[in-house]
Amino acid sequence: MHETTLILIEIGALLFGMSLLGRLAIRIGISPIPLYLVAGLAFGNGGIVPLGASEEFFEIGSEIGVILLLALLGLEYTAGELLTNLRQSKIAGLIDASLNAVPGALFALVMGWGPAAAVALAGITWVSSSGVVAKVMRDLGRLGNRETPTVLAVLVIEDLAMAFYLPILSAVVIGVSLVQGAVAVAVAVGVVSVILWVALRHGPVISRVFTPDHPEPLLLGVLGLTMLVAGLAAQVNVSAAVGAFLVGIALSGRVAEHAGRLLTPLRDLFAAVFFVFFGLTTDPADLLPVLPAAIVLAVVTIATKVGTGYLAARRAGIGVPGRWRAGFALTPRGEFSIVIAGLAVGAGVAPQLAPLATAYVLITVIAGPFLARVPDTAWFRGWSRQQRSAAMRSARG
Amino acid sequence: MGARIEKVDLPGIGVRHDIVTEGGRRVGVVSHRDGERDLTIFDVDDPDASSDSISMSDDEAAALADVLGGSVMLSSLASLAEDIAGIYVEKIELPIDSPFAGRPLGDSKTRTRTHVSIVALSRDGTVIPSPTPSDVLYAGDIIVAVGTRAGLDAVSRLFATGPD
Repeated sequence: MHETTLILIEIGALLFGMSLLGRLAIRIGISPIPLYLVAGLAFGNGGIVPLGASEEFFEIGSEIGVILLLALLGLEYTAGELLTNLRQSKIAGLIDASLNAVPGALFALVMGWGPAAAVALAGITWVSSSGVVAKVMRDLGRLGNRETPTVLAVLVIEDLAMAFYLPILSAVVIGVSLVQGAVAVAVAVGVVSVILWVALRHGPVISRVFTPDHPEPLLLGVLGLTMLVAGLAAQVNVSAAVGAFLVGIALSGRVAEHAGRLLTPLRDLFAAVFFVFFGLTTDPADLLPVLPAAIVLAVVTIATKVGTGYLAARRAGIGVPGRWRAGFALTPRGEFSIVIAGLAVGAGVAPQLAPLATAYVLITVIAGPFLARVPDTAWFRGWSRQQRSAAMRSARG
Repeated sequence: MGARIEKVDLPGIGVRHDIVTEGGRRVGVVSHRDGERDLTIFDVDDPDASSDSISMSDDEAAALADVLGGSVMLSSLASLAEDIAGIYVEKIELPIDSPFAGRPLGDSKTRTRTHVSIVALSRDGTVIPSPTPSDVLYAGDIIVAVGTRAGLDAVSRLFATGPD
């Protein structure tokens, strides 16, 4: 068979299969991310039917997927929202970072994977999946709830923190000497700060380059600029994803609104390709040995994430049931954890990270949406009522 | 007392406006960026949770606003006047036997006689803002008047018994 024909057949079959998986995910009420990962595992290295010809397509597609994931994330926020959130929720953000990044880092150190892997695993356990969390809250009709702004604030701070974390990680995983590493980190943070400042201060100027009224030039222009900046950012060791995120932030008003609408279907396509590709490159045979570790890590960091949401909501003056809702809603990890693992493994840091991250994300992203429903169950309500009346009794003395 | 509206940003989604009623119940509207909106009713036992969330189209939201609208205008007028010492807003019902029932508003010469402004008329739940002297008054109309205490008392007497 001709090579090109084979590529078409492979890509077509895989995309069609993913569409069926997507329907299945909707039917059983979970995110499609874990199913895409499993599909990738099945067809990749050491899978049931390894794909041969189309690997290059999926590799490039997954790069574009990461860029679009981050660019769309940036488009969702206005500069004002980011700054207000940073001011109002920095304590919640610090609680989040320390409670969830530290367990990951300690775990990597205990396993003896070295400091670079510790930085990577810290990120993997730290960041919730904003996509999955927002979708879960929408599905459960909780957008109007009073704890929702707290949950969203934590997500926004995490997303913003990623703009600094990813370039630092890129610098660390290159594995240079301490001094060179420090310089690389300083350059990365400096570049991000400058781009962020330009984006926040002069966003309208950048938006003016585009016309929101003509879909085709807008689509090509925004996609082009995003990939251009992402590539340039990667060139100076600031991750491509961060470059894309910053372009998203810089665009504002109607340009951002229209571009978001045009790019969303593209993002859905390429992000799916990204998750499949991550599965493709992971050997399922490596999954089993790391499974116990992944389960321990998931149990610990789901608990710390629940604690994060609980504390953040308590600080915002939310009642006890709302604190639990905020905590459980934040537990799923997803796209960012995979991005981080991909970055680290791609740079040759602790190859066990890829299967570990896959198993870890599979566990949290499947368990998360179910855990989010826990505070709505009858027994949980009963238990929290009991706690409340017990607290009132002891307060009365 | 004017109603207090709380505005809460929902980054990445939109904005929520809440009203807490005097009875302690909370009602909110989530306005999504893409123009969708949900009406949320909060739980009695768990005031942080929306026990129900109703998604509404543009037309439905406008219809609901219309139904509620008449009273909103009056209460926002009331809260406005509270800020200015000595000026009051009063709703005066036109008595059945009023000499001005069935006659245009201009005939009462309210402003000349009492220095009170009539800012709105409310009839069968609809509001006529800033009525002109040619608008005809009917028995049972609610007249929304702004003025001093003495002036408003004079308006009540004027509509009940005619000019002194």
